[in-house]
Amino acid sequence: MRKFGWLGIAALAFAVGGAAQAETVKIGVVLPFSGANADLGHQIDKAFDLYVKLHAKDIAPHKVEIIKRDEGPPTGAQAKTVATELVTNDKVQILTGFVFSPSAIALAPVVTQAKVPMVIANAGTAWITNLSPYIARLSFSMWHHAYPMGAFAFSKVGCKTAALAYTDFPPGKDSTEAFKTGFEKAGGKVTEAIPMGSPVQVPDFTPFFQRIKDAKPDCMYVFIPSGAHATGVAKAYGELGMRKAGVKLIGPMDLIPDNKLQDMGDAAIGTVVMGNYAVDLDNAENKAFNKAWHEAYGKDSYPDFMSAAGWDTMHAIFDTIKKLDGKVGDGQKVIDAMKGWTGKGPRGTVTIDASTRDIVQDEHAMEVIRKTDGKLGVKVLGTTKAVKDECKELKLGRCGS
Amino acid sequence: MPQFAIIAVSILFDGLAYAMFLFITSVGLSVTMGLMGFVNLAHGAFAMAGGYIVVTLTRTLGVGFVPSLVIAAVVVGAASVVFERGLYRRLYRSTDLEQVLLTIGLAFMAIATATYLYGPIPKSVPLPDWLQGDVNLGFRNFPSYRAFLIALGVVLIVVLWYAFERTNIGAKIRAAVDNRRMAESVGINVDRLFTLTFAVGSGLAALGGGLAIQLFGLSPSFAVLYLVLFLIVVAVGGLGSLKGTLLAALVLGVFDTAGKYLFSDAGGFFVYAVTVAVLLVKPAGFYGRE
Repeated sequence: MRKFGWLGIAALAFAVGGAAQAETVKIGVVLPFSGANADLGHQIDKAFDLYVKLHAKDIAPHKVEIIKRDEGPPTGAQAKTVATELVTNDKVQILTGFVFSPSAIALAPVVTQAKVPMVIANAGTAWITNLSPYIARLSFSMWHHAYPMGAFAFSKVGCKTAALAYTDFPPGKDSTEAFKTGFEKAGGKVTEAIPMGSPVQVPDFTPFFQRIKDAKPDCMYVFIPSGAHATGVAKAYGELGMRKAGVKLIGPMDLIPDNKLQDMGDAAIGTVVMGNYAVDLDNAENKAFNKAWHEAYGKDSYPDFMSAAGWDTMHAIFDTIKKLDGKVGDGQKVIDAMKGWTGKGPRGTVTIDASTRDIVQDEHAMEVIRKTDGKLGVKVLGTTKAVKDECKELKLGRCGS
Repeated sequence: MPQFAIIAVSILFDGLAYAMFLFITSVGLSVTMGLMGFVNLAHGAFAMAGGYIVVTLTRTLGVGFVPSLVIAAVVVGAASVVFERGLYRRLYRSTDLEQVLLTIGLAFMAIATATYLYGPIPKSVPLPDWLQGDVNLGFRNFPSYRAFLIALGVVLIVVLWYAFERTNIGAKIRAAVDNRRMAESVGINVDRLFTLTFAVGSGLAALGGGLAIQLFGLSPSFAVLYLVLFLIVVAVGGLGSLKGTLLAALVLGVFDTAGKYLFSDAGGFFVYAVTVAVLLVKPAGFYGRE
């Protein structure tokens, strides 16, 4: 007995006296791995895995233990269940992932109560970050793309009139509201706004687009939750011959995710989007990121804007672990450490705004072109540096609360 | 063309294309339900199987789209006989609940199998050039694929109508739907008839599944996602009626498209409103026996 007591004290002394105690940080990842939107989850998951693989040494001697759960359909219910389990049963110290806004919205009260930081890697409805002081976002707000797109569409793309079509859930309404605000401020006229059903399944877009084609606006601004929906949009737009009929396709970059772009064919050429990432963005970090991605996942697999945000999300989490020396038990300290974080990633330099906990990043207007190697790609038409979430800057609606 | 005419033509064309998909996929379900009173909730799974066969043939083996559709229909039709003889036959005299449990179980197994083999991500299918883009039909342009869908639907309707109304087998099927015991007592082998119609119906479902890829994309959830629609078509049309299935598909297809086109805020509401309205007036569907 006595002997064991001494051993215990010795072990304790060793632990306390060691230069750095090796902590294992538990991170809960909630991403859609099933259903029609599973590829969105995989795009982020691959980026997470890649970052952890390549940068595990950065946080040594600390380690991360990643527990993955299925976010389920874009309704929020399943995400809330699995994330609550992660917090209460698995005792994760940081939650991340979250492709869909309804998931993040449903979970906000839970993370507030549990004081567990929630680092969002995609969900983009602007006011999500206002829902809990424990939320930080590394992806974007809908307003990052849609609001500047309004002015750009009017002055540079030549849209005097535009019809809006959106998937009927919070980010769809948010994105079209943002575009409308920017577009009307610039002098454009919105002819109509058409909800196109739920995000759970990819609808047949034809009846909606046919109506817009018959109404002949200059441009059609479309928001869909990327992925398979984006392929559906390109297909319906191409089939209906809308470009020939004089209706230009514009939107946030969700329309042309890089991992779907090559399948879209000629229908996508000429599409103008506003966004924070494309495989073709010219910066050193992006080149390295793409190289690592192709080495890990093959030459036909492409990262997209969700992957880029996933990469930066893990980067911010790792930097925070390093900064706190692995002691991430206090959620408030973790969130405080993230405020003002800045890093260089595939999207260039990104910062977490200390006051809003939302991202500040460069926005690029991009046009889809056929590149000289025969593949589809984008041409950058213009770049705005360090864009903040305009919804919270202008304190509009729920962004002001 | 005046604006309302443009709108009407748009709705009719898209609605017709959608109706053809509904008809091709549902007609087998209607006839088998009318014939045996068998509730086959795995019908959508047969359609999905057809879709995945088309994806494999076109993407992996480089077979053309149209030959792939034919192969998928034949393969699934043949495979369905195995299910019918091996599983379904045992439950013909069972209660509806047992039939529902068996077939919904099959549907879930099909979803799991498709997820295992193809993953959860929606698949698309490469189309030949002549089915891409739009085609000029004299007075305006229409998407080629939908024009193809309508043409194919019309051909199938004519063939099915002829087989159903003008051939010996068709007469036997109609007789068996009307009064099964009487048909059996005059020497019609209803069992074999059922196997045949089941195979043809499943083959057509597979064809519908293949055709649906371009419209909705194909994912494992297809097996149950559109099952509700097929059942609605069958219920509104009336069990076992070719005419009824066609009429129901047309009404639902056109109303759904019109609803989305004119009142997109209401979403998919119109299909259900029409269903309720029809069933209130005619509880057995358009051509069902009361």
